[in-house]
Amino acid sequence: MKKLSENVYKVASPVYVSAHYSVVGKMESEGPLADCFDERIEDEKFGQETFEKGESQLLITAARGAIKKSGIPQSDFGAFLSGDLENQIIASSMAARVLGIPYLGLYGACSTMAESIVLGSFIMSAAKEKAVLCGACSHFCAAERQYRFPLEFGCQRTPTAQWTVTGAGATVLGSRKSAIRITNMAIGRVIDMGVTDANNMGAAMAPAAANTLKSLFDATETTPADYDAIVSGDLGQVGHDILLELMEERKLPLIKEKYFDCGLMIFDREKQDVHAGGSGCGCSASVLNGFFLRAIEKGEMKRILFMATGALMSPTSSQQGESIPGVAHAVVFEREEESR
Amino acid sequence: MDKKERRQQAYQRLVEKHSHSSNFAQGLFRAFWVGGVICVIGQCFADLARILFEFTDSQAAGFAGICLIFTTAVLTGLGVFDKLAQYAGGGTIVPITGFANSVISPALEFKKEGFVLGTGAKLYVIAGPVLTYGISTAAVLGLFYFLYGVIFP
Repeated sequence: MKKLSENVYKVASPVYVSAHYSVVGKMESEGPLADCFDERIEDEKFGQETFEKGESQLLITAARGAIKKSGIPQSDFGAFLSGDLENQIIASSMAARVLGIPYLGLYGACSTMAESIVLGSFIMSAAKEKAVLCGACSHFCAAERQYRFPLEFGCQRTPTAQWTVTGAGATVLGSRKSAIRITNMAIGRVIDMGVTDANNMGAAMAPAAANTLKSLFDATETTPADYDAIVSGDLGQVGHDILLELMEERKLPLIKEKYFDCGLMIFDREKQDVHAGGSGCGCSASVLNGFFLRAIEKGEMKRILFMATGALMSPTSSQQGESIPGVAHAVVFEREEESR
Repeated sequence: MDKKERRQQAYQRLVEKHSHSSNFAQGLFRAFWVGGVICVIGQCFADLARILFEFTDSQAAGFAGICLIFTTAVLTGLGVFDKLAQYAGGGTIVPITGFANSVISPALEFKKEGFVLGTGAKLYVIAGPVLTYGISTAAVLGLFYFLYGVIFP
């Protein structure tokens, strides 16, 4: 691991993506990316009694799927890094209870997928592990009852509000050569521009996203044109538009055709009533593992910059009128034959 | 004003530029017609009670309220009410249906946490403030009304 700047690292001893797996719920299966996901499950409780357990089941399914696909025996896994949106990240901990791999629970709100891959890569390099499992999940019903209102409560959502994705993604990082390699990473700073509206998370996260992108571009001496895709986690329509403008101000304009937001990709905003788009840990986790890593594997993309964004508020801080701390972590994935 | 505050204000303007607000005219229209229809249904219940059961006006009003609450409970349980409310906004919230839904939905939602700490504790999680301030206001106004009667008999 080589430090390029204050918060940007070059992964010197190679870390590869050995396998990736994504699982989504019913509404995501009706969206435009339906065919990309490894598993689509209609039952919103995934055969469990509660939404919380259902969410955990979602993560277990993704984790097991990824482990199986990687072909690496479970005893070779040095760590399982995961997080979700539930209080005390219980969905991840319940999954870890079943999997039995040494576990580090993370909370990075919707930035968790990138956070887990960043930390996973550090562990891979430092401990020379054979494999590390990274994951994240979220569940619409579990998030809704915790952060907002009961499911059946009738109220209108504002146009800037986002829809929590029911989904999970798991990535196996391995030391054995594969088609996808992790090359650079940026740990995000918390940026808070004073947005207090929890129904406008895209606006709260966009400045952090711009900050992370700029530090990564500067430290690696690249520009947006050097990537086949720049992917943000769940900025939604509002955050997407703001980020485009912020990057223009920073003289690093993003190329519209090559800039994607997982929150905008996963649902059809015209047909599915999701307002500004999807959100949640499961949003970037399922789209990264289901769509982008697959695209690199197939050779359709050579180099992508994946940046998951998180709005780190709590229901309590929101009620107390506190502004929302935003964060964004970035990971660069490259197709192997190009990075040598 | 310091630099940080100025930057935050500039950003706030950028956010406002990109955040679309709800369509006011459309919201008004939907709330008007759905809310209106609910009131007509309520009136029908009241009139039926007067004709069929020969209720007095206040009895009939109570009957209409009960019928609307019952209907809301059924629709909430079936998972229809929240979809209607997403469309109608204030049209379903303002009549008694909104109040009923705000009590029934947590009752359903928090059943999994048990009858005491779940349903029992969370039943008024949304309607609670309405009850608290509604009842307090009624008590204060009642006091004024009482004093008025004492001073000007």
